[in-house]
Amino acid sequence: MSVKYENYLRMNKFPHYWCPGCGNGVVLKAFIQAVDELGWRNNDIGMVTGIGCSSRASGYVDFNTMHTIHGRALAVATGIKMSNPSKHVVVFAGDGDASAIGGNHLIHACRRNIDITLVIINNWIYGMTGGQYSPTTPTGTIATTMPYGNVDPDFDLASLTIGAGATFVARSSVAEPVILKNYIKKALTHKGFSVIDAFSNCHIQWGRKNKFGDPVKLVEHIKSVTVSAAKAKKMNAEELKNLFVTGVLYEDKDKKEYSESYFDMVKRARSQTKGGR
Amino acid sequence: MKRAVVANGNEMVVEGAIDAGCRFFAGYPITPSSEVAEGMARKLPKLGGVFLQMEDEIASIACAIGGSLGGEKTMTASSGPGISLKQEGVGLACIAEIPLVIINAMRGGPSTGLPTRIAQSDIMQARWGTHGDHPAVAVCPGSVAECYTETVRAFNIAEELRTPVYVLSDAFLAHLSTKVELPGKEELKIANRLRPTVKSEEYYPYDTRFGDVPPLADYFSGYRFHVTGLNHDKTGFPNIDPVLQESEEERLINKVLKRQETIGTYENYKLEDAQIVVVAYGSNASGAKEAVDAARESGIKVGLFRPITIWPFPSIPFQKVAASAKQIIVTEVNLGQIVYEIERIMLGGRAVTEIKNGNLIFDTRHPRSSAELSTVLQANGTPIRPNQILSQIKEVA
Repeated sequence: MSVKYENYLRMNKFPHYWCPGCGNGVVLKAFIQAVDELGWRNNDIGMVTGIGCSSRASGYVDFNTMHTIHGRALAVATGIKMSNPSKHVVVFAGDGDASAIGGNHLIHACRRNIDITLVIINNWIYGMTGGQYSPTTPTGTIATTMPYGNVDPDFDLASLTIGAGATFVARSSVAEPVILKNYIKKALTHKGFSVIDAFSNCHIQWGRKNKFGDPVKLVEHIKSVTVSAAKAKKMNAEELKNLFVTGVLYEDKDKKEYSESYFDMVKRARSQTKGGR
Repeated sequence: MKRAVVANGNEMVVEGAIDAGCRFFAGYPITPSSEVAEGMARKLPKLGGVFLQMEDEIASIACAIGGSLGGEKTMTASSGPGISLKQEGVGLACIAEIPLVIINAMRGGPSTGLPTRIAQSDIMQARWGTHGDHPAVAVCPGSVAECYTETVRAFNIAEELRTPVYVLSDAFLAHLSTKVELPGKEELKIANRLRPTVKSEEYYPYDTRFGDVPPLADYFSGYRFHVTGLNHDKTGFPNIDPVLQESEEERLINKVLKRQETIGTYENYKLEDAQIVVVAYGSNASGAKEAVDAARESGIKVGLFRPITIWPFPSIPFQKVAASAKQIIVTEVNLGQIVYEIERIMLGGRAVTEIKNGNLIFDTRHPRSSAELSTVLQANGTPIRPNQILSQIKEVA
């Protein structure tokens, strides 16, 4: 069954702002397909974004949308979710937005296990500002603020968010859009904080400086540095070095979701006639 | 029916917020405002509301902004460095026109400064703290009782104007426990933001058809719209047209300026025949009042002008007072902040009533003041004593 994309998009906002060949559209498309398969109503979905190329996604979708300030999308989304706990809240963020300036909000949203889905479009660079290195820029590669090669060790965002307490973490890439859609769908229905680490191509700001100026070549490169969890099982540590494992990397259905814990506490507080100290 | 309680300023802020209809708070612990968070943490769950202690100050204001878009009256509270951290959120709430109340129990600074001690040194921060041109509303309770009434009023202004409002209390009021008489709940005027009544396809979040403060829909209420911190058009989408942006930037500021005579409350104390006018606000005004009373006993014709709203400054009423004064003494617990506004007005600086096509429109009803200006300032972490103000009154009398 084909998706009627115009039911989910603000068609008068097109053509979009992203560069030709950008992976952002692939991730957004996968997200819309997932929403369509779930049959969610536009009125019931909130999408919050921060600042960056990927954060312009909130302008294109016909939901309750907010384009906030750099790094703060998860904090704003927490307020939106807690004031409307029955609604679906999704955050789209870039790697810099989510894990550098927004890093503190990221780890604490994970820790709380609040029912928000975070889709990180991880293209290893600050694209909008012109190609400065981010926490996920591969060590040794070139960025405008690392012209002699990046000396910073890079973040593995899946390990980071699993460690911080997220209860659904999957990694995929724009090289496998159907699988990506399936993971996003699982993340959306997961009750708790879910993270999609979606590797994407910025052939303009990262690629051109690193001999991957062609989007197809860069997507091929993304394929070459990722390996599915099934294949990874048969590989040894040496073979897995410098590779990123894709798949549903972590799922915990038992940890209590935050708004549920909160409103259970509200029930307890209201049943007490006095006290609260 | 009036209610008598014994409480401190922080507790009264909590009572005021709850009675104003606040059911959502996000904050972070910091001295001397922590009891606001603690009070909200005790009260809100019992009322079915949301209390969140966020990971930092920035997240707290961001979360409160989200809660406000979600349809709640929301508040955050902090002091000193915490207020500095919140500034980007203040700007977002200004440009996106999101109602929000920010409690600032002012303490000594800069930086970590004097966390447990009084200051009134965030007056100019409340006006200009966030970057860019923006509206500013700040109220300044002068007593523990006013911590209650001014918090209620702050929510009303935030809701009516779709803008963030500061309540500037201080370390002294925050922790001063005293007997307080509160107005009966039935006497309170409670304002709620205008919500749209048009069909969803006709709704725009910045549509000025219904006035200069557009109705704001709650998220998930069926009105799907976009909000951004970028300059935008009536639909809420980014826009860089200079003609539109000039009028929108001006509208943001004008919605406050045009209401300055109703928002800009103040107290005139013993000013009828006063030749000497003391200007004091916040907790410092109680000491100033004592000094005025003492000077009156010695036959000195002195009175007090107390701005209750600091921004927009009640310039027009002050011009009126200043026009007939011979001496003006500004006292504040800082090294000079509101005194610059006072001096500007005395030198003929007028209240700006509107910004129109890039021009400031001034109020010209009252003549300039020929009074002499002096100050009693102090920023050592302790309150200014009535004696210090009295000495200055006697000096200039």
